[in-house]
Amino acid sequence: MSEQQTSSNPAADTSKSAAGRRRGFSSLSGGTVRNVGLVVALLLLCLVGFLTGGERFASLTNLTIILSLASVTGVMAIGMTFVITTGGIDLSVGSVLGLTTVWASTLATQNMADQYGWIVMVGCALAVGLAAGLINGVIIAYGNVVAFIATLAMLVAARGLAELIANRRTQIVDQPSFEDTFQGDLLGVPKIVWIFALVVVAGWFLLNRTTFGRRTVAVGGNPEAARLAGIKVKRHLMYVYGLSGLTAGVAGVMLLARTGAGSSTNGLLLELDVIAAVVVGGTLLAGGRGSIVGTVIGVLIFATLTNVFIINNIDSSVQQIARGAIIVGAVLLQQRISRPSRSS
Amino acid sequence: MSARTHRRHRMIAVPAALAASALLLTACVSNEPAEEESEGDSMSEESVASSDNDAPGDPVVIGFSAPAADHGWMGAITSAAEAEAENYDDVELRVAEGTNDVNVQISQIEGFIADGVDAIVLLPFDGAALTDVAIEAMEAGIPVINVDREFSDPFAARTTVLGDNYGMGVSAGQYICGELGDQPDAVVAEIQGIASLPLTQDRSQGFADALADCGLDVDNQVSAEFTVQSGESVTANLLQAAPQIDAIWNHDDDQGVGVLQAIENAGRDEFFLVGGAGSANMMREIESGDSVVQATVIYPATQAADGIKLARLVAHEKSMSDLESSNVPRTVQLFAPVVTADNVADYLPNAFES
Repeated sequence: MSEQQTSSNPAADTSKSAAGRRRGFSSLSGGTVRNVGLVVALLLLCLVGFLTGGERFASLTNLTIILSLASVTGVMAIGMTFVITTGGIDLSVGSVLGLTTVWASTLATQNMADQYGWIVMVGCALAVGLAAGLINGVIIAYGNVVAFIATLAMLVAARGLAELIANRRTQIVDQPSFEDTFQGDLLGVPKIVWIFALVVVAGWFLLNRTTFGRRTVAVGGNPEAARLAGIKVKRHLMYVYGLSGLTAGVAGVMLLARTGAGSSTNGLLLELDVIAAVVVGGTLLAGGRGSIVGTVIGVLIFATLTNVFIINNIDSSVQQIARGAIIVGAVLLQQRISRPSRSS
Repeated sequence: MSARTHRRHRMIAVPAALAASALLLTACVSNEPAEEESEGDSMSEESVASSDNDAPGDPVVIGFSAPAADHGWMGAITSAAEAEAENYDDVELRVAEGTNDVNVQISQIEGFIADGVDAIVLLPFDGAALTDVAIEAMEAGIPVINVDREFSDPFAARTTVLGDNYGMGVSAGQYICGELGDQPDAVVAEIQGIASLPLTQDRSQGFADALADCGLDVDNQVSAEFTVQSGESVTANLLQAAPQIDAIWNHDDDQGVGVLQAIENAGRDEFFLVGGAGSANMMREIESGDSVVQATVIYPATQAADGIKLARLVAHEKSMSDLESSNVPRTVQLFAPVVTADNVADYLPNAFES
């Protein structure tokens, strides 16, 4: 698994850095080197897993499990990468995810899905996610509210609305067409992992190959310069938060497929995992630099960590300490590795 | 040592459960017109044999405060308490907004004290943190009925209604012993709730003690967060960690929805699963007979309702007239029975929907 990561990195990175702050210049090696630190961390983790877990860790089934569990967080982390690249933050994604699962799994939606297939449920989740994201965006961009506060408000409100809709009960998905479409494997790989892969490719393309991506980086690097360069900064910010909400909706569909139930507790505190993965992945909290590949590795690091701990039957409190250590360690490692290349 | 503690728990639990059920039973049948009571002096009546406890008395105002109903069990706690209060014309229940913020809950109790309610039923988010304000209420002459999470000071409550977390673990362990006791190599896994909570540690301790009785132990232990999502993700990892399992105890039926889905996703069924808390959907799984869920251990969601009932008795200065000893007991600890296919029909009607 890790070997694939390593081999796919340089190519991805080259283009990522090209879209970075010093676009088209000598930063080609900078991004690559940054991600090397992450890959080393992931490899070390896999080595530990292999030494302690042996076959139980290094099996195809286990790889599938790690990827499946990384998928839900991963999709949200892709949206979050855009938000953080603009220098913002979206604290509401966990709550919005919970809201989308509840909304998509309510009885009314499922009854409609009887007639129109799974599309109603999925459409519902995506629309709710997008709407929540756009509301965030409008409040932040046009209301001039700090992103931290606006999305904090959404975090609280979306959770409350989810509780209201779910009546604080777990809504079981009882919709065969939905289950047939999203549960199970396609070509031996779980369907939600395919969705994750699609979102990663789309996210990478969007950030590194389109005007939208260049604008995202520009807005994060220097909003005033971006405005002078003719970018409609406010409108762009609104889109970026909308995108983050949309990925929360996609993640909601994936979680529904995975757990078979919508619940107002879905996604509780997940925003912290998502932000941690993005930051560990090398996206600057200050904005102006974002890495989709880094985010993916960040998500994989945390999913692998949990897996290694459970395989070895280690206390969950120790796991939390390790999570903290990984966040600090990965960021320190990245800085150390990237410093020489920056000074050159 | 632990075996002795366990026996002591049972010694308290069994009579308490009997008393509670007897109380409920008499409540159901006592439809005869109430005798006139000598005002405010009912205790001297020595009415040990009769049960006029449900007869309308002076109006009492009961303040009720519990944590946020963010999962099925906690939701059922509040709705059962409200339903219980509805049964009595003489009870006015003031329900404070459910909160997981101890500061807010403290201020709610301060509000009840200022209002001069007749009794307070309190399920604290954190027993230790609410102890001081409960003492304040008691000193103001307002009896406090403590539910589920115990205060750290015995002076803080007139009566305590407790579930039996240790007993839940014991019941689950004994059931698994009954099924697997003859296989010393059996692999037993445990899916905890939030590992840092004392209630989780009590459940795990009871489980380990009961398993030790028949020579078994917990081979794999993971902890979730009482949510469907966390139940699913830890179980997916757990099933990979243990390629062959004989029995799993899952502490909480709310997270059990996710646990079951993970088991289904992995296509595993070589083991049986014992649930915890006793939700209606787990009981339906047991009833169906073709699920890995063979049993669940009840942690009553009706204990706040019992708290309301006891608060009313205390406020009316009545006794639990079915007991030989007069007055409402200081502690009522509820039993943690095992629900299986044999008795699920008895428990399903009162189970909470998760």
